[in-house]
Amino acid sequence: MKGLTTLAIVLCFCAFNGCKREHRVFDPGSSGAQIANGVALNEVRPGGPVSVPDHGPYEESAYAVGEGKRLYSSFNCVGCHNHGGGGIGPALMDAKWIYGSHPEQIYSTIVQGRPNGMPSFGGKIPDYQVWELVAYVRSMSGQLPTDVAPGRSDEIQVKEAEQAKKKEHPPDENPQKIEKGQP
Amino acid sequence: MILAHVPGFPGNQTSLNPVGPGAERIEGEFALIFWITAIVYCLVVIAVVVYVVRRRHSLSIMPDPIQTTPESDRWAKVAVSGAMVVTVLLLFTMMIGSFVTGHALGKMNRETAYTIDVYAHQWWWEVHYPNNEPDKTVVTANEIHVPIGVPLRIHGTSRDVIHSFWAPNVQGKRDLMPGYDTDVMMQVDQPGSWRGQCAEYCGEQHAHMSFYMVGESGPQFKQWLEQQAQSSVSPTTPQTTHGQQVFLSHGCVMCHTIRGTPAGSRVGPDLTHLASRSTIAAGVLPNTIGNLGGWILNAQAIKPGCRMPPNHMTGSELQDLLAYLETLK
Repeated sequence: MKGLTTLAIVLCFCAFNGCKREHRVFDPGSSGAQIANGVALNEVRPGGPVSVPDHGPYEESAYAVGEGKRLYSSFNCVGCHNHGGGGIGPALMDAKWIYGSHPEQIYSTIVQGRPNGMPSFGGKIPDYQVWELVAYVRSMSGQLPTDVAPGRSDEIQVKEAEQAKKKEHPPDENPQKIEKGQP
Repeated sequence: MILAHVPGFPGNQTSLNPVGPGAERIEGEFALIFWITAIVYCLVVIAVVVYVVRRRHSLSIMPDPIQTTPESDRWAKVAVSGAMVVTVLLLFTMMIGSFVTGHALGKMNRETAYTIDVYAHQWWWEVHYPNNEPDKTVVTANEIHVPIGVPLRIHGTSRDVIHSFWAPNVQGKRDLMPGYDTDVMMQVDQPGSWRGQCAEYCGEQHAHMSFYMVGESGPQFKQWLEQQAQSSVSPTTPQTTHGQQVFLSHGCVMCHTIRGTPAGSRVGPDLTHLASRSTIAAGVLPNTIGNLGGWILNAQAIKPGCRMPPNHMTGSELQDLLAYLETLK
């Protein structure tokens, strides 16, 4: 009996602490410096690989991804990319990524802008909100765990929920790593 | 009500101090129910006390089971059936009163009413004064100026979750649902600033989602409306010109509108006449330059969870921005 109680307490403890899904950060206190220029599109770069900015806990927090979904409409991403199916801009729910599928690459795309229409949002959207958008954009092609991806929409349902999206496999999913410090 | 006459009783945001016919009706119904229940409660308490005092010596030697006589039985029957009749009558009185009040609220004049659109957001109120000429449509936030003595049609809906529009001095609550339009009739008869509040739990900052209904005389209101319909004032000094550039080049422009500038986003409150409003952040802080500065730099410290992100700018940028915002009368 005593063992069972201990087990129950331990399980409860794990349940409350083990999951970052419900973790909410209202003031992440971003550094203010835009770090996007430090992101390389691929690992081959003069002077060796650059340090990759930490994309934080955003992809593990359902709140952050939900916020990303809200901002995706607020900042009018919908205007060009629609709800992931694309239109004026490329689709975001498939496996094709012109400028890379990794979080830091999507971050750079949002912050720097890209040719043929993608505007630069650098300095206009705070860092942490860009990361929230990144997390949401990745959830559109099923890159996030289903317990984090949004399960419903506030609008008329135009596509399956992000949660139900089958994971797409972009070609750069597992890039060859270049050993650090190599010439 | 007695309470409303107690010195120091806050007369604002209370339905005990009605300033319009709707709230007067509700207050009348409340007084009816209050006095009926208060008198019944006092009578019951008095009856119990009298019984206990009269029988204080015999309680401990009460025979078990209680001895009854034909006479005491008769009295018990009279008392119980009498109390039942009185109870039913009182409940019916309250029910009919409630019915009459609801009917009167529903019959408020709809045809000649002045229409104001209210959109509830997490966690602020967007207010539109529609006009047939689109450029005369007034958009403001958290402060609803109304002409006194004129029937109003508050046409409301929600932009996200369920909220409830409640200015207790003016009228009862009305829930605002996303995707569903609703009308509520009201009228303000006394000039003044009457505080209202969201009355349906809507998330982290539900408690910080208030608004003011500002009753003004007809000409005063007209003047206010004409002033609000104008575009924002153009910056005149180098400082305010730079402030406007800061506004347009930083995050502000992603969510806010200032009519007369390229800023036209409708995610956050319209700031065209920000300096004419008395509070910021849906009634959380008085609209002073210091509060505004703090709010811009780190709104999350003031209203955690709100949609306004922390903004990073240099001291001079902030000062210029504030100087510009202060000119937006």
